[in-house]
Amino acid sequence: MGSHSSNRTRVPLSRMAMGNGHGEDSPYFDGWKAYQIDPFDPAENPHGVIQMGLAENQLCADLIEEWLIDHPEGSICTAGGSDKFRDIANFQDYHGLPKFRNGIAIFMGKVRGNRVKFDPDRIVMSGGATGAHDLIAFCLADPGDAFLVPTPYYPGFDRDLCWRTGVKILPVNCKSSNNFKITKKALEEAYNGAVDAGIRVKGLIITNPSNPLGTTLDRATMKDLVDFVNEMNIHLVCDEIYAATLFRGPDFISIAEVIEEYDDDCCNRDLIHIIYSLSKDMGLPGFRIGIVYSYNDDVVRCGRKMSSFGLISSQTQHLIASMLSDDEFVERFIAESSARLAKRHGYFTHELERVGIRCLDSNAGLFVWMDLRELLAEQTFEAEMVLWRVVIHKVKLNVSPGSSFHCSEPGWYRVCIANMDDQTMEIALARIRSFVLENMMGNCMRVVRSKESKAVECKLKVSFSNRKMEEVMKMPCSMSPCSPMPPRSPLVRART
Amino acid sequence: MKQPLSLSSKATCNTHGQDSSYFLGWQEYEKDPYDEIHNQGGIIQMGLAENQLSFDLLESWLSENPNVAGFKGNHGELIFRELALFQDYHGRLSFKQAMVKFMAELRGNKVSFDPSKLVLTAGATSANETLMFCLAEKGDAILVPTPYYPGFDRDLKWRTGAEIVPIHCTSSNRFKVTSSALEQAYREAHSLDLNVKAVLVTNPSNPLGTTMTRKELSLLMDFVIDKEIHLVSDEIYSGTVFGPPSFVSIMEVLDERKYDGHDVWDRVHVVYSLSKDLGLPGFRVGAIYSNNEYVVAAATKMSSFGLVSSQTQHFLSVLLSDDKFTCNYIEENKQRLKLRHSLLVSGLSSAGICCLESNSGLFCWVDMRHLLSSNTFEAEMELWRKIVFRVKLNISPGSSCHCTEPGWFRLCFANMSEATLDVAMRRIKEFVAEIVVTRPGNPASNNQRPSHSRPLTSFRSPLSKKSLAKWVFRLSLHDGRER
Repeated sequence: MGSHSSNRTRVPLSRMAMGNGHGEDSPYFDGWKAYQIDPFDPAENPHGVIQMGLAENQLCADLIEEWLIDHPEGSICTAGGSDKFRDIANFQDYHGLPKFRNGIAIFMGKVRGNRVKFDPDRIVMSGGATGAHDLIAFCLADPGDAFLVPTPYYPGFDRDLCWRTGVKILPVNCKSSNNFKITKKALEEAYNGAVDAGIRVKGLIITNPSNPLGTTLDRATMKDLVDFVNEMNIHLVCDEIYAATLFRGPDFISIAEVIEEYDDDCCNRDLIHIIYSLSKDMGLPGFRIGIVYSYNDDVVRCGRKMSSFGLISSQTQHLIASMLSDDEFVERFIAESSARLAKRHGYFTHELERVGIRCLDSNAGLFVWMDLRELLAEQTFEAEMVLWRVVIHKVKLNVSPGSSFHCSEPGWYRVCIANMDDQTMEIALARIRSFVLENMMGNCMRVVRSKESKAVECKLKVSFSNRKMEEVMKMPCSMSPCSPMPPRSPLVRART
Repeated sequence: MKQPLSLSSKATCNTHGQDSSYFLGWQEYEKDPYDEIHNQGGIIQMGLAENQLSFDLLESWLSENPNVAGFKGNHGELIFRELALFQDYHGRLSFKQAMVKFMAELRGNKVSFDPSKLVLTAGATSANETLMFCLAEKGDAILVPTPYYPGFDRDLKWRTGAEIVPIHCTSSNRFKVTSSALEQAYREAHSLDLNVKAVLVTNPSNPLGTTMTRKELSLLMDFVIDKEIHLVSDEIYSGTVFGPPSFVSIMEVLDERKYDGHDVWDRVHVVYSLSKDLGLPGFRVGAIYSNNEYVVAAATKMSSFGLVSSQTQHFLSVLLSDDKFTCNYIEENKQRLKLRHSLLVSGLSSAGICCLESNSGLFCWVDMRHLLSSNTFEAEMELWRKIVFRVKLNISPGSSCHCTEPGWFRLCFANMSEATLDVAMRRIKEFVAEIVVTRPGNPASNNQRPSHSRPLTSFRSPLSKKSLAKWVFRLSLHDGRER
């Protein structure tokens, strides 16, 4: 079949197909491209770009592998499970396998310390959380309607909530001055702004634990949100995809728990919906296990019909149902995953602290929200992007700039830490240390050439206390051969 | 307490089509399902186009290939981690390569497919909807020959906002698509102020069970060239062609007529799935194939909303790469379908019921016009109700497939054992015999095939027209199954 120019197609495709609602034209994909062209590999490409832009949980894959080896019946293809093959292969009912829904309901309860119970009949399947957001938006809103979303928020929402649905996102601006908490004032401002613009707000979408902040909402804030949506009569969609990534206090409080504290006349449960997935908590993004859990019967009914467009493979439902029915395994997994995340997070943030880099204090998630405001030449998003390009192309770490998360303040970066082994993490930390070190000698000018050969001047300023500088000087410093060394630095010359 | 907050208009409308009789029959079946041992008086499911005839072939393959199951690669190494993390919407190359090889084999290797032009989706349901999102929007129309698969009302229209305008096909020429029917549909769309974006055909046809002739396909190509619109060919049943004439894919016509270099090259798209040919509807494996790089690019990104599980992609990539398995499966599956089809046709024939002559699919298009009390859709529903409740067979009435003539029904044959089919045939025979015996003044005997032109009186229905309409259009609550 030959190839040819498609500009001969006189019949246009839909606006949806030809537009950029998929969100991939954004400059943030430069990081991905840099990684794809030059991916780090400890053996094959030790100087490549380390992927720290992908929120994957790879810390407990060994636990699942062990379980799979010990439980061949989890797969319908093994001798242990093949007697079920034909029934499972034939099963396409959009209600899902009952044991799958039961397993998910119980797992969700366990992740919340069994403080709440979930009803399997309210579980609707979707193609990952990506599919779940698309589905809930189709159920709740019409084209032109809006959802309020606190910033910073996961960039994928722009595609997932808006692309096919025609719905808008209106940001609720949160600030670092109060650790990005969601305030009533910010909610009201956003809502009133919509009303003034003649936009109908259909709901508020929160991610708790937060991506990219890695923090959980406190009870008071949760109650404010419930009160707000009830007062405005709008939906509340809580994306709890990171629920089991909690690694230290304060506790994660699910919306499911909070609404139990309300009488029916104070909280209309028809407004409350939860999005969930096993992609983060169990590290299984490839299996596309997305869930919409709604307290609204009409949403469950409609959502179920819509789920036809993204059902979970019955082969995968069967596997997950088997795994989640193993109580001992589940409880051990949740505890061990939390412990490993705590260790990884603790070590990483401690090492960053030693070179004077702070992160937002967080208790969950697969990433840290790194504060590099002090490294910006000026507090602008342009400066943020300039620094970002340096980090990608020179430090060779793919991190995500805060502006891609619609953060209202420049200088924040999300850095993922659970998608690599200890050795890779050490290399990443060493590169960060090198980068900080070479900039510690005062103001310096760097010329950064991008692959497109446009030269950009970057003036970096760092102010560190003398004590910190001494600490850094004492550290073992494995210089990345790729980081540009200031030719004048006697320290560097002494080490090479 | 505040007024309940409305959901979206999509949530509250009924364009999902599940209020239709097609789905209601399933509901009745679920309440009283036939079982060879435990419920011999129950309703036999003949409304579900599933292929359950060849599972044993898959099961033998599984027992001979134990590695694939335990997340093991070619050399027995555990590949779980890689699969668990694999969420690239381009899909696994090894799987796409295996899929296109299989698709070519189904077409007798008369065409070949490029894996980079294949987009994976969660079933054909998702493939059709995704393609519509890419090609059409509110205010646009898709022309679809009738009778058609009832699920298209949901898949093509519900969330996309596009409209379906039927291309009326009739029994006078065995429901073939004609150029006048195409032109008429096109005019009708314009009279409704709709912009025609595409023609969508199912080939082999659901519910007819026939393959399109080269003449029909050429006609379609000429039409879409002339009108400068897209052509979507849903070839989900391409592996179920058990008799002549052999299956001709639109891709073959595109190739043969050397349209490469012509505009239309970019406007022909194929939809496929493993749900029917391999009998794996639970695995949600669908695909869009297109030469149009913009369609491929947009559909690939959109497939994020319904990717195929990497676990399933891996399993199927190994299965479908096994040439020995696929060649044997394709042939054996066809033979079994052919046999089962002939059992249904002869069983119906002995009850004096004809079927449209067919060579593919998992069903027959059955002519029960002679059993109608009048040549109306009310009479069709009346007959259908009797068949569901009294004869206890869940079959699909032609009206649910938007057929323009009353009296046709789709009966599936590949989702039950031979013994069950036998029971179904006996029930139908008894039912028809009763009608003939109790019909006043009817000269037709049990052995003669009644004339189609003479409408017969039937049992007086206890239902009034109003309660019939109410019953037929009540909301479906429990159904979740496809096709």
